[in-house]
Amino acid sequence: MAKITYKHPNGTVTIVDVQAPNTVMRGAKLNNVDGIEAQCGGSAQCGTCHVYVDEANTLPLPEMDSVEDDVLYGTACERTEFSRLSCQLPVGDEIDGLLVHLPEAQS
Amino acid sequence: MASHAVVVVGAGQAGFDTACALRSRGFRGRITLVGDEPPGPSYRPPLSKGYLAGTVAAEEIALRPPSFYTEQDIELLPGDRVASLDRERRTVLLESGLRLPYDNLVLATGSRPRSLPVPGASLTGVLSLRGLADAEDLRLRLSGPPRRLVVVGAGFIGLEVAATARGLGHDVTVVEAQPRALARALTPTVSDRIVAEHRERGVRVLLGREVTALFGDAEGRVQVMELDGGERIAADLVVVGVGVLPNVELALAADLLVGDGVVVDAQLRTSDPYVFALGDCARFPSPHAGRHVRIESVQNASDQAKCVAAAVCGEPYAYTAVPWFWSEQYALRLQIAGLTAPHDETVTVGDPAEGRFSVFCFRGGRLTGVESVNRPADHGIARRLLTAGTDLSPGTVREPGFDLKRLPRTPTASPSRTTTQERLSVHA
Ligand SMILES: Cc1cc2nc3c(=O)[nH]c(=O)nc-3n(C[C@H](O)[C@H](O)[C@H](O)COP(=O)(O)OP(=O)(O)OC[C@H]3O[C@@H](n4cnc5c(N)ncnc54)[C@H](O)[C@@H]3O)c2cc1C
Ligand code: FES
Repeated sequence: MAKITYKHPNGTVTIVDVQAPNTVMRGAKLNNVDGIEAQCGGSAQCGTCHVYVDEANTLPLPEMDSVEDDVLYGTACERTEFSRLSCQLPVGDEIDGLLVHLPEAQS
Repeated sequence: MASHAVVVVGAGQAGFDTACALRSRGFRGRITLVGDEPPGPSYRPPLSKGYLAGTVAAEEIALRPPSFYTEQDIELLPGDRVASLDRERRTVLLESGLRLPYDNLVLATGSRPRSLPVPGASLTGVLSLRGLADAEDLRLRLSGPPRRLVVVGAGFIGLEVAATARGLGHDVTVVEAQPRALARALTPTVSDRIVAEHRERGVRVLLGREVTALFGDAEGRVQVMELDGGERIAADLVVVGVGVLPNVELALAADLLVGDGVVVDAQLRTSDPYVFALGDCARFPSPHAGRHVRIESVQNASDQAKCVAAAVCGEPYAYTAVPWFWSEQYALRLQIAGLTAPHDETVTVGDPAEGRFSVFCFRGGRLTGVESVNRPADHGIARRLLTAGTDLSPGTVREPGFDLKRLPRTPTASPSRTTTQERLSVHA
């Protein structure tokens, strides 16, 4: 179980508890957090689950693989060095307290 | 708008997303979502892929947990059907006898598989795939010892089922009437590569062949398929994937304008201003095609939902989203950005033999779409370029060493942009 914080572009914050083996994307879906579309349902195809991991994050996130890296070229909002696909971020104890920022638009 | 009532017919991707988009926009009125599939709104793509293979669980198919509907104050009526609409009184009648008034009605009735017009098509073991119940049935039949599966139709669903079943160790044959697979959807370069992959994996793919009849055993279970020319193939399971028909019966009975789909305008309004239609069942004017089209994809259902919600909230915008689609077969990740047909010129980047390439399609020198196989960056960037209306000439793409990743990023236009709309010529 991990607490994940989703920060919306307008500053609103939603904090939810997510169980393994979900992803940060599914954590949002299961808890009705707006702002992540995930049209492809988590198969790293659509780029509509784009999030920015908080700049100050020190939690151990998995390395980005080449597919995720490629899909991030297509996001609706600018990609930055903090960009990730939330469907590629598995939830576990080690990321308890993760803060992600939601982009202005997903598609 | 407090007393405003919206009734959504069909609790699939389009209906569900419309309800969500209304609440996200701050709509406070009553939302009723009527759906005849008992499990409630669910996600179809895994039904021919991970769910069938057993790697995606049934819980993951639900679009949201049950709590969502209470929290969002969306009245979900699963397991019920809208039987008729009375446009004059603005009410719908449900099969359960319930009558619901509406201020706006949304038709999100989707589509259903076409059946095979040959003798024997109703034998046991002849299936089609649309909902969770169909997928559950097929999954059970594929979970046992190897079977002889014949897939009729080399479209996306047929080929995904073939790939999944082959992965599970079944003996698979695909029969397609057209001379090539996915002929309406893809360029030959991509469809040939997909067929080659199936064949390399041991699937028998018969192109340009028609099924003429199916024969069963004494218990009425399918046993043999007959093809044109008389060839017979043994089959203990047949999956029919020969396309879908839009569910337009309600609209027809209510005298709405219907073609191949419920005909709507750029804001997805039907010929009745209080009734909208979207998703698989709707035929809309596409600025990317320059004519009315009907598109069967999650993207189309989801993005159209935002447009309908905006119109209901009185801030309408024209539907101009760039269509995109994906399919997964074995390790091939196929993605299509834009509407590639019709095109008059193609440029291939990368190597089809290696299974990593993109086909750029042009019409009159303008990019209409990109088909990518295992090149997800090309797909994503192409979607952005098509959204922004950026010009990319065939000459540029043909240059040695061309790489979309090196193009400077162009800002993406907002969804309310109507520029392409003005160029639109519409004929139903
Ligand atoms: C097996 C499968 C795999 C797919 N894979 C992909 C993919 O990989 N990528 C992709 O983009 N798309 C895919 N699609 C297509 C995508 O799922 C559809 O385009 C999308 O679901 C369309 O949404 P919709 O709401 O218009 O229709 P649906 O999701 O079909 O929903 C319509 C609903 O309305 C109900 N209904 C109809 N009439 C009534 C009535 N009178 N009263 C009440 N309810 C009614 C129907 O039963 C249905 O539940 C796939 C489809 C299938 C079947
Ligand atoms: S959900 Fe589509 S890329 Fe993550």
